[in-house]
Amino acid sequence: MARLSESQGKRVLAAAGVAIPRGELARTPAEAAAIAQRLAVAAVVKGQAWTTGRAGLGLIRHAASPEEAERAAAAILAVRIAGFPVTEVLVEERVAVAAERYAGIVLDDRRRRPMLVVSSRGGTGIEETARAHPEAVSELALDPVEGLAQHAARELWRRVGVHGEEQRGLADACVRLAGVARAVDARAAEINPLVRTTGGGVMALDCRITVDDAAVFRHPELGIEVARELGHPPTPLERVAWDVERNDYRGTFYFLQMREGFARGQRVVAFHGAGGGGSMMGMDALAKHGFAVANFCDTSGNPPASKVYRAARILLSQPGVDGYFGTGSGVASQEQFHSARGLVKAFLEEPLAVPAVVRLGGNGEEKAIAILTGYTRSLGVSVECYGKDTSVDACAARLAELIASSGQPAARPARAVAKAAARPYRFATPTGEITYDHAVCADCASKACVAACVPQILTLDPEGLPVLNVTPEEAARGRCSECLACEVDCRALGAGGGRVHLPIAGLPEYRAARGME
Amino acid sequence: MAILVNAATRVVVQGITGREGRARARLMREYGTAVVAGCTPGRGGETVDRIPVYDTVREAAEAHGRFDASVVFVPAPLVKDAALEAVAAAIPLVVLVGDRVPVWDVLEIARAAERAGVSFLGPNTLGVLSVGEGVLGMIGGRAESARAWFRRGPVGVASRSGGMTSSTGYYLSRAGVGLSTLVHVGGDGIVGLPLPEVVRLFQGDPETSCVALFGEIGGSQEERVAEMITRGEVSKPVVAFIGGRAATTGVRFSHAGAIVEGGRGTHEGKVAALRAAGATVVESFEALPAAVAAVLEG
Repeated sequence: MARLSESQGKRVLAAAGVAIPRGELARTPAEAAAIAQRLAVAAVVKGQAWTTGRAGLGLIRHAASPEEAERAAAAILAVRIAGFPVTEVLVEERVAVAAERYAGIVLDDRRRRPMLVVSSRGGTGIEETARAHPEAVSELALDPVEGLAQHAARELWRRVGVHGEEQRGLADACVRLAGVARAVDARAAEINPLVRTTGGGVMALDCRITVDDAAVFRHPELGIEVARELGHPPTPLERVAWDVERNDYRGTFYFLQMREGFARGQRVVAFHGAGGGGSMMGMDALAKHGFAVANFCDTSGNPPASKVYRAARILLSQPGVDGYFGTGSGVASQEQFHSARGLVKAFLEEPLAVPAVVRLGGNGEEKAIAILTGYTRSLGVSVECYGKDTSVDACAARLAELIASSGQPAARPARAVAKAAARPYRFATPTGEITYDHAVCADCASKACVAACVPQILTLDPEGLPVLNVTPEEAARGRCSECLACEVDCRALGAGGGRVHLPIAGLPEYRAARGME
Repeated sequence: MAILVNAATRVVVQGITGREGRARARLMREYGTAVVAGCTPGRGGETVDRIPVYDTVREAAEAHGRFDASVVFVPAPLVKDAALEAVAAAIPLVVLVGDRVPVWDVLEIARAAERAGVSFLGPNTLGVLSVGEGVLGMIGGRAESARAWFRRGPVGVASRSGGMTSSTGYYLSRAGVGLSTLVHVGGDGIVGLPLPEVVRLFQGDPETSCVALFGEIGGSQEERVAEMITRGEVSKPVVAFIGGRAATTGVRFSHAGAIVEGGRGTHEGKVAALRAAGATVVESFEALPAAVAAVLEG
């Protein structure tokens, strides 16, 4: 996640020359005791969790001895924050504090500038301080290219009543903080508290840095696994989803889990949005009809059908959902039948066992509706699809009706096991592989695959069997757009000899571990 | 009239040789936009649908004279350089379509644009369309769709969501309410022409008599529109819908700008601010066309 933990943030600050307490990370109570032993002074044990008010939650404890550090670590590592366990504690020397201050860099959407905010009263949240003690807070717009000058930082601290050597020390820390914010592409970088120690030095006792998701690619050194602001550590399924997104630049796939551990009958649905605004409206409509969403998902920016397929497979790997709901803005600029094909493939492979309502409004919607509803009739559950002239609210209401009338959950339908191809003809696609079983294709009257192929890279060989009319390298490099039309039309209209294999790394293991395979 | 783009707007497309640039240049042209030239570094001398391509924007400008707008279709990591090139060439409006542009790059673009006295729309924008005049970006997707979906009239549309820009335009048109210009300000937290700036342009546009806003959680754009109304800078009626009522604090819902942090940018806060300023805020998106129609008749 694009938020740095306190210890990560402090390492970045220290590398930029900001003083921080001596300390190390521990993952077990024994490690915490050993670190306290090495520090050989009174210690503070701090749970590494992205939440405010850690002291009140028992995540920050003092330890006068290694034994106390061990006990403190044991207590902290037993805590769960919003359902997620605390897995690391920072064991640090306890610093004698003479005064607590605050310094933060935030990006201001009004001025379109980075802002340095300082306060002579640290410790509490800056919004609270600004309300209660406006005279103790001052701010300065920075030039994003030139950064912060020492004199400007000193003047800022003077305005909140800090003078002398401390003013110089705080100003220097702020110049370094501003440099760090720029260097790591931070959307926010806060030191709270920034303290004057009884020894007279300036030191950062805490640190919160949020890195811009869109700039994570420039910072391999930060080791950010999932460049998404999720509000919690990434779940295993979110890691699977991020892996899909990271390895396919075409369009955007956004996935986050909102709840786990629910069961059928609890009105929790899988949610598949397209476009940020339309997605949020979709969630609002579901909430209005008494549904909770298992996840948030957005496939947009003209993704290929293969990416929509992978998204749908991931969404359907959330056991216990009562339905599947998809919607975009309703009037999309993108051709909607690509998404329809991705959904058809995912629904048939799963196979879908709960009602689905999908709103695919916009360009090509008539074709999208025909594909999604026409090609899923064999499923035995309701799959309904609507266009731009049906409101999202009406679609949510329709899903409620379908779920109410679908009665007791049926036993999980058996998945059709794909037979090994007798005469396979294979070629690679940008992210997968296509196989035509020419033994099956020989009996196919329709040759639907060739007719359906959107980029027209298929032709019939002298035997009347589908083959590439471009080189396999060209197909793999992107001439095959992974529109999935060949497979979807082959299933519906042909003999069923064509399959597009689109692996999703980690998903089979994830499902197997949860009894979904 | 309309705002930002009209039939006379002369356009250069940066990144015209890419998949999106090529497809969208065609859309823009088919809708009637004067796409005069394209630019892709290293591809000067080529043509795309008979549009000449140049290595640099300045070279294109020397060959074709003044451009009123540049539309940039390049991948996110390259957007900063392309935008700074357009700004350096003093093009008055730069449209940044790319998604996931690093925010510090946007800050640098904003700094350069301010110094040069030019504007930029986006990043992460579907663009702007003036009905029957021209389009910059990709609103409508196909020219025939854009012609079928949007009818001309007195309502300006400004939205923080790309898809919802088209939706708002379509549902208003279907209800018999015509449109002057549709603007998607971009889904990011920091954008070149935010909602208040677009409302200011609509206020100055004689063809526009009412503004329909699609807002969403996060940031301060809707609150700033409310402040402008309160200060008396907007006399034309504003009718708004704010998305994201069910969203959770501290989580980013795909639009980089759609996040509630530290109690700021909430759904309730935006609705309350706009209502207190005298704007109409509808509870459901479906209610927007009727509310706009009522205001126009009012």
